[in-house]
Amino acid sequence: MKGECSRRAFLQATGALAIGFSLGCFSQAQERPRGGRGEELPGSLGEAPRVDSWLELSADGSVRVFTGKLELGQGIGIAVAQMAAEELGVDIDRVSVVMADTDLTPNEGYTAGSRSIENSAIAVRYAAASARERLLALASQRLGLPAGDLELVDDNVVSRSTGKTVPLGELLRGESLRGEVRLPVKLKERGHYRYVGKPVGRKELPAMVSGGALYVGDLRFPDMLHARVIRPPSYGCRLRSLDEKVLKGLAGRPRLVRDGTFLAVVAEDEWSCLKAAEILRQSCRWSAPASLPEAKDLKAWLAQAEASTQEVEREGEISGEPTLSASYFKPYTMHASVGPSCAVARFEKGEMTVWSHTQGVFPLRGALRSLLGLAEEKVRVIGVPGPGCYGHNGADDVAADAALVARVVPGRHVRLQWSRADEHLWEPYGSAMLIDLSARLDKAGNLADWTASIRSDTHSTRPGGDASKLLAASELEAPWPKKEGGYSGGAYRNSQPLYRIPNRRIDLQSLQGPLRVSALRALGGFANIFALESFIDELAVVAKRDPYEFRLAHLDDPRAVAVLKRLREVTGEAPDLGIAFARYKNEASYFAVAALMAGGGPPYRVQKLWGVVEAGEVINPDGLSNQVEGGMIQAASWTLGEAVSFGSHGVTSRDWESYPIARFPQTPATEVHIIDRPDLPPLGAGETTMGPTAAAIANAVFRATGRRLRDLPLNRRV
Amino acid sequence: MKKISLKINGQTRTHEVDESMPLLYLLRGELALNGPKYGCGLEQCGSCMVLIDGRAGPSCRVPAAELEGKEIITLEGLAGEKGGLHPVQKAFVEEEAAQCGYCINGMVIAAVSLLRENPQPDETTIRERLERNLCRCGSHSRIVRAVRRAAGR
Repeated sequence: MKGECSRRAFLQATGALAIGFSLGCFSQAQERPRGGRGEELPGSLGEAPRVDSWLELSADGSVRVFTGKLELGQGIGIAVAQMAAEELGVDIDRVSVVMADTDLTPNEGYTAGSRSIENSAIAVRYAAASARERLLALASQRLGLPAGDLELVDDNVVSRSTGKTVPLGELLRGESLRGEVRLPVKLKERGHYRYVGKPVGRKELPAMVSGGALYVGDLRFPDMLHARVIRPPSYGCRLRSLDEKVLKGLAGRPRLVRDGTFLAVVAEDEWSCLKAAEILRQSCRWSAPASLPEAKDLKAWLAQAEASTQEVEREGEISGEPTLSASYFKPYTMHASVGPSCAVARFEKGEMTVWSHTQGVFPLRGALRSLLGLAEEKVRVIGVPGPGCYGHNGADDVAADAALVARVVPGRHVRLQWSRADEHLWEPYGSAMLIDLSARLDKAGNLADWTASIRSDTHSTRPGGDASKLLAASELEAPWPKKEGGYSGGAYRNSQPLYRIPNRRIDLQSLQGPLRVSALRALGGFANIFALESFIDELAVVAKRDPYEFRLAHLDDPRAVAVLKRLREVTGEAPDLGIAFARYKNEASYFAVAALMAGGGPPYRVQKLWGVVEAGEVINPDGLSNQVEGGMIQAASWTLGEAVSFGSHGVTSRDWESYPIARFPQTPATEVHIIDRPDLPPLGAGETTMGPTAAAIANAVFRATGRRLRDLPLNRRV
Repeated sequence: MKKISLKINGQTRTHEVDESMPLLYLLRGELALNGPKYGCGLEQCGSCMVLIDGRAGPSCRVPAAELEGKEIITLEGLAGEKGGLHPVQKAFVEEEAAQCGYCINGMVIAAVSLLRENPQPDETTIRERLERNLCRCGSHSRIVRAVRRAAGR
């Protein structure tokens, strides 16, 4: 397991050069960092400049890179390793990446928002380039040769002109040198790249296909206990009574952990724990649940729910009657990770250690310390990959559950695995949304007015340092008061068209929905782009214009134009294709997509999706392609078939039959094309696909059948 | 409790098991194997698949006690005594056919089982035969390519 050997021990053992950034090192710089090749501050430096160290090069030529981001399957680990190996000039096999550990890595907040490449990978690029400069300067002194003549080749510094070689060990002399990034830093010339821009394979794949211990659920410690939670039947239920005696004499010495309505069973082995938890659950009596509307009434419910208005954009004056108005609806959707959340926790000598697949080890530490009433330095959160993460799922909640159990059995590791139903019923869902759009075309058939009214709950209730956002917090005997609201910005993400429209009026109607919600891939950008790009297609039809031509006529950004034109090239002008386009968050990667339906329907099925992505400089084309393929396939599943079902007594989507996701036969073929812009800052692409794919599918249904569908999912299960 | 004899990844051993305990908990618990994953416990997702007498099947519900005399192969045992990777595993690595990789156990096991019965499946057959296996990251296109690549060997 990573993080087992402490940083200090590592440095003492080998002698090393550590590179950090000191506070303000960039503020005094004469030259703006080229880092993000044009960004103001390179990567995470802007957000977390005061970090001890991003990178350590040891005397044997091995490199450890520290990143606050966690591998979620998005391939950030390999991208960071590529950056380090490239700038240092070492073999990539010598680079190991230490990820997301509150004791070891920089605090980079959340692994979210498609920002890991933009932030972490760029910071590592600078750290590695600085390490290389520092080493060569040292070697230059020793050898009396100009630094420009020297290069690092594995664990030696070599002179190009004389062939003279100095081993790193000799240069470092067992000392622990510290350096920091000072601008200007000379970055390697792109023409000499060996790793960056190449499809380097992820290092964990061989272990992944052969049963290596990779995931938090695979952690095993001597004497580890297993725990399960027993959650109430629905929101708002309190535990009235239970019969603890039923646990007596059961195998695995099961033990009850209770604090108010928070209920768990901990036992010596997993199966005994599971069995005991089910027996105990039968004895539980709960108060009546909170009353919910029916899922089938959700659209009407959203339309009339009390809301507060927030202006998003006002530009020009809306005049005259709209040419077209339409309403679009997105229900609650799940992260629906194939593996339910899991965590391991251990409480010893007043210190809590938690192994978690959280997106944010530091924010989780903050929330846990206040939940547990511990000082910050008494809580360590170690990031370990988990099953697929597409936003704020149950990872933080299960970490809190595990910590609450571990506190009761000090000295023992406790592994707490959520069940499938725990995850399906209690994960925070992607918010339901209702979006009303209207637009006016001028006499020439161009967009003149645009009005949008978005009705939505928040799209982020991440715990941050706030214990009240953890699921267990409201269940405790002394419950944490629930705070309403969250990050409303996610709700209007991508609601402002990139198209040239002189008059705009965009409002957010913030409301409090019936179900627990938080960040799901692309946040409000999914539904907003679905609506916007469907509506653009409808307007093109009214204007009797080709959907490509109509979009291109309203776009000024050459990067936007380029993805659409490339899409037309790769798909040809097949008449039944639906297309869509967006730039994620209006500031990240560009994406254009075409969909082709299979046969008629309903039920509708997508035969193929073509995607064109432009994410600035490409670090790893295969990793980028993987993200885009996966995003398109997941978005197709959301679009065609997904909606959380619930009735007045609670959520009824509790497994893969009551919340089906697309299986292989319903999954479209995919084709991805990349436009590389090596001169522009690299951008993440994990979320850029989601909204455009939904709109392209709805537009393809219209092209194929003449039916305009505005409610998701398109294959509604009533 | 019941005593059973099972051949798991080439080794025959006797285990004393709770009669209701699904095979998955024997594999992950007592045998400390990581390949088979807990996904749903309902035989709906395929994460926990193993080969039972050569055929892919979920391990999350079938009690170990009912498998007396059967041969079980998990992801760890695919390569056999030679070590290294099985051709299907190799193909998955070469196609980089994973994101989070949590479903890969089931995908590889199901693909091995399919290719044993049908060494040259077409794409439609592959998709049909992997229907029991859920992937949420959307690695489907790559997984299909990996199975075709393995079939080409």
